[in-house]
Amino acid sequence: MRELPTLPLPAPAPPAEGYSRREALVMGLFALAAAATATGCSAADKLAYEEFVQKHFKDLSPEELKDRLASMEKRYTEQFGKEVKVSATPPMPGVLFGYALDLSRCIGCRRCVYGCVEENNQSRDPQTHWITVLEMDKEEGVNLQNANAFYDHETVPAPGKFYMPVACQHCENPPCVKVCPVQATWKEPDGIVVIDYDWCIGCRNCIAACPYGARRFNWGKPSIPKDELNPNTEYLGNRPRQRGVVEKCSFCLQRVRKGLYPKCVEVCPVGARKFGNLLDPESEIRYIIENKRVYILKEELNTQPKFFYYYGL
Amino acid sequence: MNVLSKFGSFVTGTARMAFVGGNRYYYAWLGVLALCIVQAVFAFSHQFQNGLIVTNMRDSVSWGYYIGNFTFLVGVAAAAVLLVVPAYVYDWKPIKEVALFGELLAVCSIVMCLLFVLVDMGRPDRFWHIVPFLGRMNLPGAIMAWDAVVLNIYLAVNLVVASYLVYCGYHGIHYNKKFVWPLVIFSIPMAISIHTVTAFLYNGMASRPYWNSAILAPRFIASAFCSGPALLLILFQILRKVSAFEIKDEAIHKVAELMAYAMGFNLFLFGAEVFKEYYSNTHHLVHYEYLFAGLHGEPSPIALYAWMSLAFAVISFFLFLIPRTRRNIVTMNIGCVLIYASVYIEKGIALIIPGFTPDQLGQVYEYVPSATELRVAAGVFGIGFLLFTLMVKVSVAILFERPRAEGAH
Ligand code: SF4
Ligand code: SF4
Repeated sequence: MRELPTLPLPAPAPPAEGYSRREALVMGLFALAAAATATGCSAADKLAYEEFVQKHFKDLSPEELKDRLASMEKRYTEQFGKEVKVSATPPMPGVLFGYALDLSRCIGCRRCVYGCVEENNQSRDPQTHWITVLEMDKEEGVNLQNANAFYDHETVPAPGKFYMPVACQHCENPPCVKVCPVQATWKEPDGIVVIDYDWCIGCRNCIAACPYGARRFNWGKPSIPKDELNPNTEYLGNRPRQRGVVEKCSFCLQRVRKGLYPKCVEVCPVGARKFGNLLDPESEIRYIIENKRVYILKEELNTQPKFFYYYGL
Repeated sequence: MNVLSKFGSFVTGTARMAFVGGNRYYYAWLGVLALCIVQAVFAFSHQFQNGLIVTNMRDSVSWGYYIGNFTFLVGVAAAAVLLVVPAYVYDWKPIKEVALFGELLAVCSIVMCLLFVLVDMGRPDRFWHIVPFLGRMNLPGAIMAWDAVVLNIYLAVNLVVASYLVYCGYHGIHYNKKFVWPLVIFSIPMAISIHTVTAFLYNGMASRPYWNSAILAPRFIASAFCSGPALLLILFQILRKVSAFEIKDEAIHKVAELMAYAMGFNLFLFGAEVFKEYYSNTHHLVHYEYLFAGLHGEPSPIALYAWMSLAFAVISFFLFLIPRTRRNIVTMNIGCVLIYASVYIEKGIALIIPGFTPDQLGQVYEYVPSATELRVAAGVFGIGFLLFTLMVKVSVAILFERPRAEGAH
């Protein structure tokens, strides 16, 4: 097996502490109702009911979380005909993830887009992409009103053009989190903005609020061919999604929390993408921020992205 | 008679009043509404089975016709206050009888609002996540959570007041002023707040420069004060013709006059907004360009509506401003229809779509509602109108045709 480059990170995280348990008085009621309705019903009904009454991720006790992960693994394994793992890897202490992208290197090949689709189990039909690559005129510089996300040349880069990939910026001050009426999305301690697909009500308020067009809604039923599913999944990341909920880039939670680089960093043929721990003064990402000309998209909105564009050449 | 049997006779009695003793037109109208609802059930089950992909909304334009209707109807509901204020606060007789109808209209509008939200949700089965105490509401941060709270309180207040008044009328007892008054007074700031909070939902998003304007809430209130009463004025005239309902011309003219001021203010605020955008001519102007003309040399599919809405607003403003045309029944009714159409286009199309077009990354997706969206919306309106028709039928019967329940005085 090829050795993958690894991310210089502090010592591995201590065992999961679980999230602080919120008093959920009403859940008792639901459990009662569930028990009452589930008796005499088929297993499928029971499952549907369990899904209906399930709790918010943060309200699950460690045992409940374990049960949920196990039942998800079982379901996905059956559904895709191969062993699927679902983990809930907690954030590492002392880590705040940051991303940097070299605008002078990116050639607009979209390898990151498709690498991401495979790694993160995006729907193939209808097609979902977490990364949008914008093509713009060199002469004009960054001007979104002049951007084209649907360019299709025989070869890239096209003369006179430059490329700007955009995905979730993992804002320090994320408007998408602020507007979610049910707290289905939040910022983790390592700075990654996540979504609980089982709690999202599909109101799409976060899509309206995100200034970077980073969120994707499952308008139709997502589908992935069985043999293309990436079986290493995370509860808050790349596990198979449902219809009617929102998803987006998670900085490849399932990889970076285990010390691997995000998939897009790995597949970029020109090395335009950099990733690391913002709290580590020795990290590459800190070097870039301190030594290069860095550009932040829509800086005036005070979203404070942890995604930095820079000019490396 | 004890309370329980009194309540029982109220329920059966009003049910009888709602369905018995209408003329042909009444039943034909109920039939039309029933058809609207039935076809919408099919359309909605199609949507429920296949997901929101059967709408024409997409990630670029992630809210569309449903939320436009929602926004419009919040305004109609809020406008009930325009009738309640003079009726109760100034104890102004000619309007007092009709305030009840304002409250009924508010109730039906909110019911439609909630239905529009429900059909717009990706996961309607999870609606309880946003119910206080059951779910996990994001308060005080999320305006949408506040919106759910104020809409439901407003619905409850109006429902309680209106049904209590009708109940008292039914049994021929005098309503308890000490009970009704505080609720009515409370409903006034609530009416303002539902539309303000709905405006803040849009207004608070820095990602959407088209909405991110401080005068959005005042604009919402001003336009609501035109559209809600426009509906009621037409209704009053119909009721006056076909039932024992009474309303003085004086009251109608007074409401029309208030609407003229509201429309004037609405136009002024619109002008202020347009001036700011066109004079400063920043990148944010693109949304207005999309609304009134088009982008990249392509005509926009909504420009025609935008211009129509503006023209209707100006014409109706003058029709209501000039006393002669305001008092003339024909020109007044034309004015009502124009106002209604103008505000409906403004909220339903001209507010939502340009907010999303072009999207945050400058891409243009041309949104036009799909057949499913139109059909489902027709059903939601059908339900609201049906509810309103039945409630009005009962209220008119009780308040103006004065039947008495057996055993009551
Ligand atoms: S880029 Fe958008 S989705 Fe990502 S954290 Fe910021 S606001 Fe949220
Ligand atoms: S769509 Fe889901 S994540 Fe987004 S705001 Fe609504 S409930 Fe929250």
